[in-house]
Amino acid sequence: MPATKFTPSITSRPVYDGLTPHGAVPALMLANGPGGEALLELIKTDPTIPGHAHVIYIPEGCGFGKTLESKGFASYFEAASYASVLPRFRKLLAEAGMNTRLYLAGTEGLIGQATSEALEAGMLPEAIDAEHRGSLARRMQCVHCKGITENVTTDPFTCSHCGLSLFVRDHYSHRHAAFQGVCVDAETPGEIPPRQEIKA
Amino acid sequence: MSAQMLRVTEIEALSPLVKRFRFEHPHGAKLPLFSGGAHVVVEMPDGDMLRRNAYSLISDPQDGSGYEIAVRREDGGRGGSRFMHACVRQGDMLRISTPLNLFSLDMRARKHVLIAGGIGITPIIAQMQQLLRMQGRFEIHYAARSRREAAGLRLLPDLPHIHAHISDEGRRMDLGAILDRQPIGTHVYTCGPEGLIASVAQCTERLGWPKGSLHSEVFLAPPPGRAFEVTLARSGRTITVGPHQSLLEALEEAQVEIDWSCRGGACGRCETEVVSCHGRIEHHDHWLSEDEHSSQTRIMPCVSRFRGRELILNR
Repeated sequence: MPATKFTPSITSRPVYDGLTPHGAVPALMLANGPGGEALLELIKTDPTIPGHAHVIYIPEGCGFGKTLESKGFASYFEAASYASVLPRFRKLLAEAGMNTRLYLAGTEGLIGQATSEALEAGMLPEAIDAEHRGSLARRMQCVHCKGITENVTTDPFTCSHCGLSLFVRDHYSHRHAAFQGVCVDAETPGEIPPRQEIKA
Repeated sequence: MSAQMLRVTEIEALSPLVKRFRFEHPHGAKLPLFSGGAHVVVEMPDGDMLRRNAYSLISDPQDGSGYEIAVRREDGGRGGSRFMHACVRQGDMLRISTPLNLFSLDMRARKHVLIAGGIGITPIIAQMQQLLRMQGRFEIHYAARSRREAAGLRLLPDLPHIHAHISDEGRRMDLGAILDRQPIGTHVYTCGPEGLIASVAQCTERLGWPKGSLHSEVFLAPPPGRAFEVTLARSGRTITVGPHQSLLEALEEAQVEIDWSCRGGACGRCETEVVSCHGRIEHHDHWLSEDEHSSQTRIMPCVSRFRGRELILNR
């Protein structure tokens, strides 16, 4: 699957420039689903990369794990979910030096969360490469209960925490790595517009 | 530039060449607080000349009872530091600007590495006090030629993460050893000779650090040179800049209104548009880009000079 292209209509949504090789420097790589393919394409351009790179891959049903594992990375770890691998990712960040680069590939939710984690650890944005691959589904924060609903594909949708019907706003929060969802029937309770698929 | 008259309340020799000055409000009023790395501009009425030099503050940024600076006597300089050393007495009143910071700590940092060469230790003293107060993680590396000349030793507490590198004791500063293996989130701040700042930049580039983690400050004294003439487009007047005068000082002498702040080629306030230039601008600033330098369409009058037939400024 090729890199995901967006319509430029949502100004707050981050645009990721894609992965570019930075040679044989210490690197952390984190990818989910089709993002695994982006890592494979990256190391094809520069075979000196894997020897210095620690990889975490969350397959989410994609079959790139076997190939990735065979590429001779400094370490390779497969995880069930971002939440389950977060302690390991934090430990890798805590042990990283100033010359470490971070490569992120996969869904917007993964890139956003991992970026804010890396910035929190003190990494500078210029040391992070990211490439969006895969679904256009959005990670949504309910502005009322603050709960996060992952993989939202329709507008409106039901908050998985408080159950309100939420309108999907084109307002991305870098801090939360999520779009904002606002109650759609606050003024007219029960009057919920028909669900539509999110196309961008 | 806002400023107020302050009284010199203490003068102390820190080393044969460096004196510490303390300024307080004549009626004991609190002075505006600042942040580590800030400087003030001191006005020195020297005969019929008004000198203005920028000095980093070395006192506690959270202490409004006074401002302190450390001045190194530059015998080959233009006279500002000699004036401070020879003419200023306890009890004198001097006009001191409000502090301004062009060298502040980056609050995104998880660790701060502060590197000073010689008198470049001054802004780092105040940064250190800020870091001690906020319990920030830091290390200081202070390089000096000899213990006798190292005025900063008197201002630095004896702590395990504060290192003095005294070269005539055989302990030269090894930048590679200091910077290698620093954890992510490290920011490095360098103040001192331009050679030191360039060495830190080269070393971090070789080690693969992102550029955004580098901070530095160098205040330039306006370099002397040959006298030259400048034409002012708005009034049509032509003024002469003397060999030991800066273009900014010549403009001020001619009563041309011009904004300024650091007077050392770092802040960008006095940036001036060049209308026409037949000759070569001798750029000395750290503000304009290389392209702007080579295009000869802008000049920083605080430090830069001119050599050639004609220079017309939009002033």
